[in-house]
Amino acid sequence: MIEIKNVNKWYGPSFQALKDCTTSVAKGEVVVVCGPSGSGKSTLIKCVNALEPIQGGEIILDGVKVNDPKTDLPKLRSRVGMVFQHFELFPHLRIVDNLCLAQEKVLGRKHEDALARGLKLLERVGLKDHAKKFPAELSGGQQQRVAIARALAMDPIAMLFDEPTSALDPEMISEVLDVMVDLAREGMTMMVVTHEMGFANKVADRVIFMDRGEIVEDAKKAEFFGQPRSDRAQKFLSKILQH
Amino acid sequence: MLGSFDFDVIRRALPYLFLEGMRFTLTLTVLAAFGGLVFGTLIALMRLSGYRLLGRVAGIYVDFMRSLPLVLVIFWFYFLVPYIGQWLTGASRPITVGAFASSLITFIMFEAAYFSEIMRAGIQSISRGQPAAASALGLTYSQTMRYVVLPQAFRNMLPVLLTQTIVLFQDTSLVYVLSIPDFLGAASKVAQRDGRLVEMYLFAALVYFVISCVASYGVRRLQARIAIVR
Repeated sequence: MIEIKNVNKWYGPSFQALKDCTTSVAKGEVVVVCGPSGSGKSTLIKCVNALEPIQGGEIILDGVKVNDPKTDLPKLRSRVGMVFQHFELFPHLRIVDNLCLAQEKVLGRKHEDALARGLKLLERVGLKDHAKKFPAELSGGQQQRVAIARALAMDPIAMLFDEPTSALDPEMISEVLDVMVDLAREGMTMMVVTHEMGFANKVADRVIFMDRGEIVEDAKKAEFFGQPRSDRAQKFLSKILQH
Repeated sequence: MLGSFDFDVIRRALPYLFLEGMRFTLTLTVLAAFGGLVFGTLIALMRLSGYRLLGRVAGIYVDFMRSLPLVLVIFWFYFLVPYIGQWLTGASRPITVGAFASSLITFIMFEAAYFSEIMRAGIQSISRGQPAAASALGLTYSQTMRYVVLPQAFRNMLPVLLTQTIVLFQDTSLVYVLSIPDFLGAASKVAQRDGRLVEMYLFAALVYFVISCVASYGVRRLQARIAIVR
């Protein structure tokens, strides 16, 4: 589904954000990407739907080469859902309009159809009563659940999560993770950048560990948590699993 | 001293002052503000587009317009437009452009430079995550601007845009150099005709003062309301 081959990316002439990264996500697979901050994990996931350009290598999404200038990027992006660290709901639109906008403008759905789909997904994330509110009236956890519903409304073939719980208060993390776990169990293809090792342990098929722009470890979940091969991954795990 | 004033002059001139003069002033203000906002937004988008050439052209335009006194632009434009029109259309003689059309175009061009800086600040005030989220949903650049970025930028900048429009309202009085009967021009005409300069200019000042004050107060109320919603 997602193939990342020898990807190189620089910020400016001197800082290399991604160094020869190669990995893949198969259909129905859940892959968790972790690593210390500044390791390039967010950058990597943003390259998958070309929110960040790459300077070397290639990324192929469902058979379409992402970094080909001829690729219709808006169309490609509409097929992959993305959830951001800071939710990024559109603050000037009501929750329902947040859900309907792209369905109508990108997929060309009729308003009633978009609305029906949106409300169904709102119900699924447990927020149907908040449909007429503005994003600022919701808590962080609720906003992030709306953001997930908004991405799902496009009927994506895969979902990308960029630290979806990092900006949340601790008591709100689980409500978002619950939605993600359900999604994973339904067979959604997911690539998730997160520090939530509990989530990884529960639903991930594979775990990728990144450090300083490199993919240091790319292993099945059991192997990764059992005995990471690299020192750096071991150190990282010991630090975040201590508590 | 007030005894020698004849305030009845004002009363008799009221229909002319407001139905002709103020109507012209308000029409010019509203149309120029609207046109200035549309072109200003386009200029702001050019400056932020990332295409170096487009950005440079827009930047030079803004700097040029902001470095000239408005009254000179009005004056020159009025005399140049017929020739520019002739050159553009290839007509055999200078085309006739009414004083209203000429002053409207001038104000739109001039205000576009100021509105563009306001809209540029407004667009830059939107966090980069917003266009990223819109792109991630599959919206194109123009859809992202139209449905996500510009509505927010406009709303954030509304008080500043309105304040600039109040300044524009006062600046429209500069069309007196073309002897157009805007509000001030009309007052001035009556003043000269009846020899009542002090009364008429006092009254004109009072009217500009009251309208601008009330409008400024309205903007402050609006600002407070927007601040709560956010």
